[in-house]
Amino acid sequence: MADDLATTTRSGPGRLLVAVYAIFAIAATARSGVQIATRFEQAPLAYLLSAFAALVYVLATVCLAKGNAVSRRIAFAACSVELAGVLSIGALSLLRPEWFPDATVWSVFGQGYLFIPVVLPLLGLYWLRRTAR
Amino acid sequence: MPDVLPEALIGASLVTAALLLIPLVRGRRPGGVLFSLFGLIELGLLVLLVWSIVLVASTERDVDTATFVGYLLGAAAVLPLAVLWARNETSRWGNTVLIVGLLVIPVLIVRLNQIWDAAHG
Repeated sequence: MADDLATTTRSGPGRLLVAVYAIFAIAATARSGVQIATRFEQAPLAYLLSAFAALVYVLATVCLAKGNAVSRRIAFAACSVELAGVLSIGALSLLRPEWFPDATVWSVFGQGYLFIPVVLPLLGLYWLRRTAR
Repeated sequence: MPDVLPEALIGASLVTAALLLIPLVRGRRPGGVLFSLFGLIELGLLVLLVWSIVLVASTERDVDTATFVGYLLGAAAVLPLAVLWARNETSRWGNTVLIVGLLVIPVLIVRLNQIWDAAHG
């Protein structure tokens, strides 16, 4: 039964969902790694947020791909944090642009990434709900 | 940046992504012709990787090397990873993974060109 749940979570639309999450996980991790290593002092808040976002994406990717009962719960939490993050940072980046001298993945609700960052957590939460027993 | 190879790779990736709509609509898995195209694109990306690293190492321009090489590695890695992840998918959704992987390639190549152009020597 547990294996069925895992297979269901990562199959069909879940296969695409994990793929898109993986792209964001790799891109955000690499980008924030370079930013923190080479020019952290230029925009410390933005770069720390990018690193945090990267961590959330990695967690969501791994847990959605694993798909068992425990990792689904972690994935649900990761997607929720991601949604809260993109909404709050998206709003803050418009209200207090001076706090973000360089863009994060969540700036202006993910404008630099075709707004996928704001849609992705919604799809993740929806998929977890739909595949729940 | 040498123009012909990046532009050919952008074109080939977009065309191959469009061709994947056929097995997607039919609910099949991609056939041998498409896999040959994946192989050609990957070969081109590996040539671009080596070529561009040599270029960056020998240029007078102040290129953001870490980001530049990161994009190159990402472009070379995305298609093999997409093929691996789509391999065990029996439904049509495996095709969507390959399409997304192929669409990432032009984005990365355009960003590569932007980084190169931004670094006026």
